[in-house]
Amino acid sequence: MASLETSPAAGSAGHWVDRFRSEAAGLPGARLPWLLERRQAAIQRFAEQGFPTRKVEAWRYTDLRDVARLPFAAPPAAAVGIDRLPSVLDDASRGPRLVFVDGAFRAELSSAGSLPEGVTVASLAAALETMPDRLEPHLGRVRPSPDTPLAALNAALWTDGAFVHLARGAALDRPIELLFLGVGGEAPAAHHPRILIVAEAGAEATVIEHHAGLGGVYFSNAAVEIVAEAGARLHHYKLQAEGAEAFHVATTTLAMDRDAAYDGFVLTQGARLSRSELRPWLGAPGIECRLSGAYMVAGRQHADHTSVIDHAAPHCTSRQVYHGVIDDQARAVFQGRINVHQDAQKTDGYQLNRALLLSDQAEIDSKPELEIFADDVRCSHGATVGDLDEEQIFYLRARGIDRAAARSLLIAGFLMQAVEEIRIEAVRDGFAEKVRGWLDARAAGERRNA
Amino acid sequence: MAASVDPVREFAEQKYKYGFYTDIEADTAPKGLNEDIVRFISAKKEEPEWMLEGRLKAYRQWLTMAEPHWGKLGYPPIDYQDAHYYSAPRTKAKPKSLDEVDPELLRTYEKLGIPLSEQEILAGVENPRVAVDAVFDSVSVATTFKKKLEEVGVIFCSISEAIRNHPDLVREYMGSVVPAADNFFACLNSAVFTDGSFVYIPKGVRCPMELSTYFRINAKNTGQFERTLIIADAGSYVSYLEGCTAPQRDEHQLHAAVVELVALDDAEIKYSTVQNWYPGDENGKGGIYNFVTKRADCRGRNSKVSWTQVETGSAITWKYPSCILRGDNSQGEFYSVAITNNMQQADTGTKMIHIGRNTRSRIISKGISAGKAQNTYRGLVKIMPKADGARNFTQCDSLLIGDRCGAHTVPYIENRNRGARVEHEATTAKISEDQLFYCRQRGLSAEDAVALIVNGFCKQVLQELPMEFAVEAQKLVGISLEGSVG
Repeated sequence: MASLETSPAAGSAGHWVDRFRSEAAGLPGARLPWLLERRQAAIQRFAEQGFPTRKVEAWRYTDLRDVARLPFAAPPAAAVGIDRLPSVLDDASRGPRLVFVDGAFRAELSSAGSLPEGVTVASLAAALETMPDRLEPHLGRVRPSPDTPLAALNAALWTDGAFVHLARGAALDRPIELLFLGVGGEAPAAHHPRILIVAEAGAEATVIEHHAGLGGVYFSNAAVEIVAEAGARLHHYKLQAEGAEAFHVATTTLAMDRDAAYDGFVLTQGARLSRSELRPWLGAPGIECRLSGAYMVAGRQHADHTSVIDHAAPHCTSRQVYHGVIDDQARAVFQGRINVHQDAQKTDGYQLNRALLLSDQAEIDSKPELEIFADDVRCSHGATVGDLDEEQIFYLRARGIDRAAARSLLIAGFLMQAVEEIRIEAVRDGFAEKVRGWLDARAAGERRNA
Repeated sequence: MAASVDPVREFAEQKYKYGFYTDIEADTAPKGLNEDIVRFISAKKEEPEWMLEGRLKAYRQWLTMAEPHWGKLGYPPIDYQDAHYYSAPRTKAKPKSLDEVDPELLRTYEKLGIPLSEQEILAGVENPRVAVDAVFDSVSVATTFKKKLEEVGVIFCSISEAIRNHPDLVREYMGSVVPAADNFFACLNSAVFTDGSFVYIPKGVRCPMELSTYFRINAKNTGQFERTLIIADAGSYVSYLEGCTAPQRDEHQLHAAVVELVALDDAEIKYSTVQNWYPGDENGKGGIYNFVTKRADCRGRNSKVSWTQVETGSAITWKYPSCILRGDNSQGEFYSVAITNNMQQADTGTKMIHIGRNTRSRIISKGISAGKAQNTYRGLVKIMPKADGARNFTQCDSLLIGDRCGAHTVPYIENRNRGARVEHEATTAKISEDQLFYCRQRGLSAEDAVALIVNGFCKQVLQELPMEFAVEAQKLVGISLEGSVG
């Protein structure tokens, strides 16, 4: 139950409310009454709740005090020169790309490429100028939850982000890349990137959401809204590789209609503290929803993966597979909830979280929940936590592979198992490359220490 | 299916079997809760000063606490002033032996299927296997086979008696597993507990028979606050079983118990519960509110505690029998069947706290929900940094019968040791048409088929019960689900 008492962190909510008051007039779409109204309602909701404390059940394992405490300013306006943009794709498979630096759209770094008929890929602020009618039905309207105060903060303060619109039956064969770079300045900065993806009936596309950091202390508070209309197919892959000092909180809400398919994956490796919260709403029969992920955390990192899947209609399937490794004093949190509503008969829900603890100080907190109100369902979840299997290590050592190599081989295999859930090959390869990169760096570190 | 349902429904009209009331003159404390009531209870029990002090301290603490509401339970606010906190059958003098116990009471227990006469059991069976402590409202009315148990040094008596006769043991252990301030209901219990059982098994003794306590709520508008303490000294073993029933009434009655188990080096305690408090009628009228704190402290090396529970009764169940695995190599087990039908609500599970090295725990939970009931498994497995080699396996299965009930699983897994291995599995399903068809085709009636399938679903747990009770529990599983097929 969300406690309404004034939490110690709630005091800092005032900082953001003040920011809203002084900045509201200059925010994108300030001239649109409907948007201003939504922004005001959002800041009101945030002001009421403030930053969630650990007393709130959904935030039991993730402490936002460090975020709440810091006086985040607006990012510096000075344009930073970027020589090379990170990407998970090789040049051959690259498609349209939007680049944001510290939350601001950078047209000179972006390339829309040639888009097929019916596909719009634009900055959200620009789209608000040119096609507000397309945004109005969805922006801030995709199953907002009263339990997500940080999404409300984003809804009030966002300055830019991406708008992807796929008209009925439109299809894009190349992935759309949305790259959010956090550069950070002298003082801690905050930005609130916002993404709205609308796939009309029968449309299909692949979107890569890539958050990367170049250092510095900053707070990226993302909100993603996805609408998948009847029969639409969306592949949405997120790479979270924020800077080592960064805070990353992202709330993704997803409204799906009949026979829509969503294939999502999150790879988490960056940020000092991160939380990826996914809230799909399966509102009509025949939906297939896949949410998977892998995480690799070390040092003092804290990574939280939370999902709340609502099976509100019969004959839907959901599948979640998360594999993670936790090294040093890092901590990982997995909270997954499957809600099966009363009439959602023939639901098939599956959820698996497996974690490997690689050090004596690492910690994993796992809370896989099932809440079921329909009887003709098949739901299961599993969670395993532990170290690598000694027998598997022995098997490899018996074949002449040394212990360290055997361990990294098994860790790689463990993470790849999750990465295999990605259906688009080019992306799968790119994400696998990231996993290997992380493991190689770790192995190099171990060798140095040895 | 519709045509075959009717006979099942008819059969289900059968009422709660233990819903009768014994008309017996009783000593009852005035309604309400205050320091005077606490003093009254303590005086009735002829308790020493230190016990009264403890009760008053707990009562004052309780006043500062708030009732917890994190469970998935819905019920109107409980008025703690609207109940009697003490009620005991009136007797002229303390009965010295079973012969002096009010025959009306003996008849009550007989009716419940709990014979309190030692001879009768002796006549039927060569070696009596079960000793019983019978608790009626706020007092223990009889404890059987005390002499025989004393021969091997086992102390089995009511807690009130233990406070008077074995104060050193009680002072050392009571509150050491569940401190008074542990939670709201435990704190209330610490202030107003009336009776319950006390067991002490000396070093190296294997208790020669099953020990059992039978709790009966009889009086109207009373709460029952039992307190049980079991100490298994080094190298000892005991198997203990509790059962409970209450009359059928339209008002809710509160039951808030505290059970503490202490297992020292190499000791083993097997604790089984068959909870069959009055569940209320099909509209949710009446029934017991069951808020229970049960915890075992595996203090010694190689100690083991095994909880087995069959929860079929109560309007509301809030109960998490737990193990603190402190001693190296200690083991905790939790086997649970929780059945909710009609308007019943259960939020139950366990906590396994791994502190010592090579500690092991196993959780098998079977939840069955029918009618408009809500059944929640809520559990915590926590591995502390020093618990090298700790292992846990958890399996939570839920079965739904009907589309107006709910089954929920809320496990918390917290691991801070890389050498530990924790595995958790949960599934939710319904009785498949295929299974039902297969049974029906072989001539089983619909309700027999359901009872058979459900018993198979629960088998892993039921087989952990002492043999004498396993049969009874199997029947109970069938009865609790009557009227749920359709």
